[in-house]
Amino acid sequence: MTTDTTAATATGTRGPVTASAPVGTPTKVTQGAGTKGGIGESTLRPDGTLKVTGEFAYSSDMWHEDMLWGQILRSPVAHARILSIDTGEALATPGVYAVLTYDDLPTAVKNYGLEIQDTPVLAHGRVRHHGEPVAIVAADHPETARRAAAKIKVEYRELPVVTDEASATAPGAPLLHEDRDDHHIGHVSHPNIVHRQPIVRGDVEAARRRADHIVEGEYTFGMQDQAFLGPESGLAVPAEDGGVDLYVATQWLHSDLRQIAPVLGLPEDKVRMTLSGVGGAFGGREDLSMQIHACLLALRTGKPVKIVYNRFESFFGHVHRHPAKLHYEHGATKDGKLTHMKCRIVLDGGAYASASPAVVGNAASLAVGPYVLEDVDIEAIALYSNNPPCGAMRGFGAVQACFAYEAQMDKLADAVGMDRVEFRQLNAMSQGTLMPTGQRVDSPAPVAELLRRVKAMPMPPEQQWLAAGEQADVRQLPGGLSNTTHGEGVVRGVGYAVGIKNVGFSEGFDDYSTARVRMEVVGGEPVATVHTAMAEVGQGGVTVHAQIARTELGVAQVTIQPADTQVGSAGSTSASRQTYVTGGAVKNACELVREQVLEIGRRRFGTYHPAWATAELLLEGGKVVTDGGEVLADLVDVLEDEAVEVEEEWRHRPTEAFDLRTGQGNGHVQYSFAAHRAVVEVDTELGLVKVVELACAQDVGKALNPLSVIGQIQGGTTQGLGIAVMEEIIVDPKTAKVRNPSFTDYLIPTILDTPTIPVDVLELADDHAPYGLRGIGEAPTLSSTPAVLAAIRNATGLDLNRTPVRPEHLTNQS
Amino acid sequence: MRVSFTVNGRPQEADDVWEGESLLYVLRERMGLPGSKNACEQGECGSCTVRLDGVPVCSCLVAAGQVEGRDVVTVEGLADFAEQRAEHGGCASAAPGSCGTSLDAARRWEARPADSQTGGDTALAPIQQAFIDAGAVQCGFCTPGLLVAADEMLERNPTPTDADIREALSGNLCRCTGYEKIMDAVRLAAARQGEAARR
Repeated sequence: MTTDTTAATATGTRGPVTASAPVGTPTKVTQGAGTKGGIGESTLRPDGTLKVTGEFAYSSDMWHEDMLWGQILRSPVAHARILSIDTGEALATPGVYAVLTYDDLPTAVKNYGLEIQDTPVLAHGRVRHHGEPVAIVAADHPETARRAAAKIKVEYRELPVVTDEASATAPGAPLLHEDRDDHHIGHVSHPNIVHRQPIVRGDVEAARRRADHIVEGEYTFGMQDQAFLGPESGLAVPAEDGGVDLYVATQWLHSDLRQIAPVLGLPEDKVRMTLSGVGGAFGGREDLSMQIHACLLALRTGKPVKIVYNRFESFFGHVHRHPAKLHYEHGATKDGKLTHMKCRIVLDGGAYASASPAVVGNAASLAVGPYVLEDVDIEAIALYSNNPPCGAMRGFGAVQACFAYEAQMDKLADAVGMDRVEFRQLNAMSQGTLMPTGQRVDSPAPVAELLRRVKAMPMPPEQQWLAAGEQADVRQLPGGLSNTTHGEGVVRGVGYAVGIKNVGFSEGFDDYSTARVRMEVVGGEPVATVHTAMAEVGQGGVTVHAQIARTELGVAQVTIQPADTQVGSAGSTSASRQTYVTGGAVKNACELVREQVLEIGRRRFGTYHPAWATAELLLEGGKVVTDGGEVLADLVDVLEDEAVEVEEEWRHRPTEAFDLRTGQGNGHVQYSFAAHRAVVEVDTELGLVKVVELACAQDVGKALNPLSVIGQIQGGTTQGLGIAVMEEIIVDPKTAKVRNPSFTDYLIPTILDTPTIPVDVLELADDHAPYGLRGIGEAPTLSSTPAVLAAIRNATGLDLNRTPVRPEHLTNQS
Repeated sequence: MRVSFTVNGRPQEADDVWEGESLLYVLRERMGLPGSKNACEQGECGSCTVRLDGVPVCSCLVAAGQVEGRDVVTVEGLADFAEQRAEHGGCASAAPGSCGTSLDAARRWEARPADSQTGGDTALAPIQQAFIDAGAVQCGFCTPGLLVAADEMLERNPTPTDADIREALSGNLCRCTGYEKIMDAVRLAAARQGEAARR
């Protein structure tokens, strides 16, 4: 349990709070306007102290008396028949308690999946990708478990692999899933296509004839890994009632539960899940990893079982960002107005569906970018292949599209002969614009303003490496301490990009959250307790929930209960949705609690003062006050020994599915916008890139916690930088095997690779959202990548139609 | 085998240590000190950074047997370590390791009553407080290693430039923050350290 006692730690006055975000000024006296530590303040994390002392219990830190260690045996090949599995020698190893294969699964439910249940818990006669789980072992020491797993003899007969669109749809191509009966099979042209979403609007051919300039491009986006630092892990403890208690790091407890329980043959109330400390997520924990395996071993052995992936296994243990091929055609008049857009986006979903259908919907519906375009012809598909499964990652389909359409914008601006930023501003969408889906954008969409702001930020000085004095500080140069240049061959480039991301689950999904809020007097003080199943993965939801409770209930003390399945679903910590949706649920539950508290007050004290009946009543500073500021009662006296508790589901406005032929429909809840300016310096002789600065302007609607908001923007920006210049899972096209599953070979940005990231936060309220807020976590990951690519193109004059860019792409060695 | 060494000023012993076990494994699984994190197990991420005789090392790359008779400081001991360094008037110019706990101090060591509910009464090293204040903690998995590395840098170099900070922390990966708030935190800790020294 984490308790936040605000007073000393929560006001944020001690830290160098650099947030420049304007804090909304209330026009009238409203609930919580005078509450310390409420929304709009940079209160500090309630889990901060535990995290800096090493006491915060991550899922990999769980320990239980008599606990065993689980280990997964994974396929060394991408596609094969399993002819036989011999577990005898492994089972005979001293210290080994269980070895389980497909044949040991206890019920008829042997697959799981987010939308389509196509993923085997353990391989059944066939493996479809490199690293697929085949068998699981429990032993009394992790090394014993590893060695025992290595003694399992599996006989594979390799099959031909499908690795791209051509091989997946070739005549006679092996089918990944022959017996598909999911609801997408009826509208795809080949069983190796998971889902297809076209969007057609207007008359593209007629609009094309109006174009003075037509620009075409073929773009390639590499496979990115979430690379959260805390590998998949958890502890399953068998319970006396035949159920199991599971402590795990995930993004959505109730989604896990819905997939786990049927495989175990247990009712959901016998699988009790508690969120353990989560070491980052970024989409990589939406799918199950070790959850079912740990439960199976625990129930089989009757002992607690812990599973912790190492980094190597983590690269195989979760889905990645879809690599993509994108073909775009845009037209513009000589005045620089966009005429039309045609595009085809091919996402590689790998062996299992995961979130591919929703990623397709996003890629298609956001393919146009934040621009006014009335005549479009869009198609997005996801493939089944023998490549690693791909699914959710921060940006979710919108990232790949943004990389391509922003490259197109630069090419078009150049063709027209306009400034690249002005060209974007001329075509920028705004509130009221119709999306290609026919959905009208009905809240602020300050695209041109964000570009203006990011362009207006001061430029970093030239040749910073000389700032130290006459000697070049090589740490400021491409190549850094490798001392590869003192400035010779180094050229600077500047690039801009802007993007659009949806917030919340789309396409008609019932995207609700639940919050339970309790108010009572503890130790002579009114205390609010907030209980949700929201997965705190680092984003700071727990901080914000406490702020909302303080604002809505006028208390100083808020206790945040651990997230578990003893309360209703909070939905996923993804799609930039938690502050909006679970934050909205907490706000709503607090409002209901407040009404009940005031009702008790009216009952007890109503006869003493007429204002109880006539005035608007607020909870402020632990008291009931009128909107004129008159104190009517202390909450301690109102509540006495009574506790008020409310648990309620809360929903944002509903969305609709996209039409399967036209793509029309009000599919999204809210849109989120960010713009970037990248400044790079490139050593053109060696192809080394130094990103000097990556400035961002973003509209956040309302910054509930400015410090956290800026942290999200800077973190998202850096992940976009990673896919621009370094991050890519390399899959061998001949064997579909992963070649770089380690932090030695898969590089994420270090503090040396990451530039300063000045952030300009705009707060234009969305009237449909709680407090006017806008989901913010993903938008900065979109425009960061194309801005860096544009800057490198600007520096080098090269086309660069793929990301990430590697040195060989810059020195014509590839 | 049996391995004996000092952890956070306290003599510790582990029995039945398998030859392949790392210092990180022994700390986490045998000594109940899970603060040091395992994020890559090959010395790339820095999440398991501890000080071995004063020198920051990736404890995943140190065989437990190599630590016999030596002195280890982990994130769990960082507050005590910083407090003692402050009491001794700092040690920026002293030899590495000289900030370690003396045998006498080790004998007097006792568990600090920590309020894990609120953290309100928890004594923190300046670098720990700065990480909280500056918003440098998100998921927090990289935090212990970064704290140990940053604290060691500030001990050597109390007035680091930005380039110095980046160089010193380049072995510690963070996936959440984009490092900006970490830079802020280290600058803040350096500034507070400077103020404290002038008083």
